[in-house]
Amino acid sequence: MAQIFHRSTNTFSRITIFGAVFILAFLTWVFAELDRSNYNTRATVPREQPVPFSHAHHVGGIGIDCRYCHTTVETSGFANIPPTKTCINCHSQIWATSPTLEPVRASFRTGQSIRWTRVNDLPDFVYFNHSIHINKGVGCESCHGRVDRMPLTWQENSLEMEWCLDCHRHPEKNLRPREFITTMGYQPAGDQETIGRRLMAENHVQDARVLTSCSTCHR
Amino acid sequence: MPDEPQVVEPPEPKQLIAPGYTFGSVTDQIATVVLTGRTPVFWLACFSVGLALLFLFLYAVALLLAKGVGIWGIRVPVMWGFAITNFVWWIGIGHAGTLISAILLLLNQRWRNSINRFAEAMTLFAVACAGMFPLLHLGRPWLFYWLFPYPNTMNVQPQFRSPLVWDVFAVSTYATVSFLFWFVGLLPDLATLRDRTLNRFARFAYGILAMGWRGSARHWSIYETASLLLAGLATPLVLSVHTVVSFDFTIAIVPGWHSTFFPPYFVAGAIYSGFAMVLALAIPLRAVYGLQGLITDKHLDNSAKVMLATGLIVAYAYILETFTAWYSGNVYEGAAIWNRMTGPYAPAYWMLISCNIILPQALWFKSIRSRPVLLFIWSMIVLTGMWLERYVIIVSSLAQDFLTSSWSIFVPTRWDWATYFGTIGLFLFLFFAFIRLLPMISIFEVRTLLPQAKVEEEVQG
Repeated sequence: MAQIFHRSTNTFSRITIFGAVFILAFLTWVFAELDRSNYNTRATVPREQPVPFSHAHHVGGIGIDCRYCHTTVETSGFANIPPTKTCINCHSQIWATSPTLEPVRASFRTGQSIRWTRVNDLPDFVYFNHSIHINKGVGCESCHGRVDRMPLTWQENSLEMEWCLDCHRHPEKNLRPREFITTMGYQPAGDQETIGRRLMAENHVQDARVLTSCSTCHR
Repeated sequence: MPDEPQVVEPPEPKQLIAPGYTFGSVTDQIATVVLTGRTPVFWLACFSVGLALLFLFLYAVALLLAKGVGIWGIRVPVMWGFAITNFVWWIGIGHAGTLISAILLLLNQRWRNSINRFAEAMTLFAVACAGMFPLLHLGRPWLFYWLFPYPNTMNVQPQFRSPLVWDVFAVSTYATVSFLFWFVGLLPDLATLRDRTLNRFARFAYGILAMGWRGSARHWSIYETASLLLAGLATPLVLSVHTVVSFDFTIAIVPGWHSTFFPPYFVAGAIYSGFAMVLALAIPLRAVYGLQGLITDKHLDNSAKVMLATGLIVAYAYILETFTAWYSGNVYEGAAIWNRMTGPYAPAYWMLISCNIILPQALWFKSIRSRPVLLFIWSMIVLTGMWLERYVIIVSSLAQDFLTSSWSIFVPTRWDWATYFGTIGLFLFLFFAFIRLLPMISIFEVRTLLPQAKVEEEVQG
């Protein structure tokens, strides 16, 4: 009787059977990497805006403090998007006729808000409060990155849950004194671990048990 | 000479195989079921029923995915309802297959040889049916992979202190080991089919599945080692899987669940219902395919005896449960049992007592055990009884626990029934597909039962 299978079938079966483990492991790795990739999280991708507002120019170049525009960040859950009037404070004098800024002037004339494209958007099942983070000593930079170097704003971090938990499990790594809260390119004056632990005690930061409790963020 | 061991003639074993079989006729009879062009009407009928119920199942599942678990009757406080009842029932049924294939192999019980193959297939398909229920009951079944610890972006892992997570590992290990055991045991028979079939496609398919089995001495040596190792792996699973399933209940503090004797009680119940299923499958099959010579009355008798023994353990557990409720002096435990006996679920409770304890006592009589038709009816009774047992444990305990203000009666909806009967359809579909495509009795293991094989052994020994 003729052979049903060619000789090469032996090699082929061995490779597929023994290779299955590696193939599965590889696929898991690919999936895990894709899940965390900037492609998936849209991190570091600059977003188009109706007016090409540059944080690099306003923060890095001129040195305006974050809170000049985002006034409610210390007292409210939401760090507000400034009203057009805030822009007009300066832009009634500077670049007052620039065609790029026409949407801003139009908004000021008509009272219609500019529809900015949201950059940092957490899922709706997450409760997030800016003021508590600011008041406990988490700098703007810790989450938003070097905003002073962003010509068009992008989301600096993945905003995935593991990223939140990294800090909620070890808050001391990202705490800074209140006076440096909006500083870009902050360098701790000494050992971050020591400073962080001292600030945790001073600011009454809860322990990791409370910070990582489900209902802390999912209310 | 007092020290010299007495040479005692072992008693003549009862017939495990009808006289007159040869190596060739055993192979012929079993392989023909698969290789024949003619399909019996019985097979077509059972397969069609299975397929019809499978479509019902698919419809019920599609509706569940579209609308959510609210289509079932699960309402606070009875959130487990039919889903977990069916899960425990199915997974219990699977246990007989593993017991037959693993424990009886290690105990050198040769009568297992002619029923182990389809009993193991029964295990696999029962586990498949069982697995459906916890998944569908998740609410969002498409996120089932959250049950496993994998490197997820949420940086959270399953709660390993929960017995529900242990369940995931127990059942998936069980499914894997059962499949491997079954498949390894199939290899020599797949090679037989490969060599006998005249169909080119079938030869190719069986050839791939047989993984190059040629029956050389080296193959057999590796096979024996592998099957002993797998039997060793599967043996603790017979006891551990249903123990873990019982932890789903005992770890909780619900009255009627929170007791230490649940693990042995569940394992005995599992084997009880499993052997009932073995009988329910073996009796019609051997009649239709004329296999009375291979699955003899002796096999049915042995299975019935196992049922009787495990049934008595289950009966002891019921008595102990009632006794503990009274003897503990715990008012909630007492109330839970009293509610079962006299409350809204009393009919189900007394029916399960009749099906599981009273009626099976008939199996003491040889006249019952030697009549296949009666045994078939009795196995159905036991299967019903064991389903009711899980139903009563789950539903009656949840419906009436500590807080009287939250008491509520569980009413199954038509979709509860559709999903339940649907998995019976899935089981029938898979099982009869197996009957048609693979040898339902292990050809090479039955050959070892022949007197000819025994002579060979003695000559070599």
